[in-house]
Amino acid sequence: MIVRILGEGQFEVDDGHLAALNELDAAVEAAVDSKDEEAFEPALTGLLDAVRNWGKSLPEDTLIDSDLILPPADAKVDEVVALLGDEGLIPDAL
Amino acid sequence: MSIMKRMSMIFRAKANKALDKAEDPRETLDYSYQRQLEMLQKVRRGVADVATSRKRVELQATQLQQQSEKLQGQAQQALGAGREDLAREALTRRAGLQTQIADLQTQHAQLQGEEEKLTLASQRLQAKVESFRTRKETIKATYTAAEAQTKINEAFSGISEEMGDVGMAIQRAEDKTATMQARAGAIDELIASGALEDSSGQPNDDITRELEQLSAGQNVDAEIAAMKAQLGSGEKPKAIEGESGDAASGQTQPKAQQEGQS
Repeated sequence: MIVRILGEGQFEVDDGHLAALNELDAAVEAAVDSKDEEAFEPALTGLLDAVRNWGKSLPEDTLIDSDLILPPADAKVDEVVALLGDEGLIPDAL
Repeated sequence: MSIMKRMSMIFRAKANKALDKAEDPRETLDYSYQRQLEMLQKVRRGVADVATSRKRVELQATQLQQQSEKLQGQAQQALGAGREDLAREALTRRAGLQTQIADLQTQHAQLQGEEEKLTLASQRLQAKVESFRTRKETIKATYTAAEAQTKINEAFSGISEEMGDVGMAIQRAEDKTATMQARAGAIDELIASGALEDSSGQPNDDITRELEQLSAGQNVDAEIAAMKAQLGSGEKPKAIEGESGDAASGQTQPKAQQEGQS
C-alpha cells in the first residue's frame, strides 16, 4: 500500500503492516477525539516513525495516489480536527 | 474509521470533484498542467517569502545583540563612575533584550524549518509536474477521449494529491510567517521608538544621555584640574617676570572664570 505523510512524501509499505498501523492510528484518533494535545504528539510520532521505518520512500516523480494519508509531523490536534471536519484545509487541486 | 483512511478519502474526493467538471477529460490535462505550473511558482514564491522573513529576524537579532552588548558596557561604565543605580537600570534592560533575542532565535529556527520544508516540497512537485507533462503528451497522442479516461484519472489523482499537500504546506508556512511578522513589526517599532538604539547608531536613550553627561562632567573636572596645574606651574615664571603688568592681568582673568564655574 502507498502511504503519504503530508509535507514529507509517499512511502510504499508492505500490506502486512496494516494491522499494526491501524493500532498506532487508533491512539492518534483517540487523542484527536478527546483533543488531548499531550497524548497526540507521541501518538502521531509513533505512527509516522512506523511508516518511515517499514516503508520505502517512493521516487519523487511517481504519480500515484495514496491509500492512506497522514498528518504532517508538526501537526496540532486542532489542525487535524479541521482537516477531517471540513475540506477547507486542503486547497482545490485542479 | 481511521484517521489515515479518512484523510485519503478527503483528498480523493477533492480530486474527483475536479475531474467531474471536465467534459473531454483530455482538456483537463492541459488545464491541470497550467495549474501545476502556477502552484510551482507559488511554492517558490513561498520559499522566497519565508527567506525574507528569516533574514529580517536575523537582522533584528543582530541589532538587539549589539544593543545588549552596549548596555553591558554602559553598566560597567556607570559602575566605574559610582552610579550603581544607572548600572542596574542598564542591566535590567539588557535582561529584557536577552529574552527578546532568545525569542527571535526560536523564530529563526522555525522559519528555517519552514524554508527547508517548502524547498523540498517544491522539488517534489517539480519532479511530479515534469512526470505529469510527459504522461500528458503520451495520453493525448495515443488515446481517444473514451480510452484516455482511466489513464488520466491515474495521472490526475497522483498529481492532485501532491498539489493538495503542497498547497497545505504553503498555507501553513504563510500562517506561521504572518504571526512572526506581526511580532517582528512590534520589535521594529521598539527599535525605532528609541527604547532601543536604531541601526543609525544615534544615541537617543536616557542611559546614554546620563552617561554622556557624567563623562562630560568628568571631562570638565579633568580640564579644570589640568588648567589648575598649568596655572600652578605658570606662577613660577610669572614671579620671575614680575615686572610685566600684562602677564599679571592675564593671570587674574582665568582665575575668576575658574571660580565662577566651581
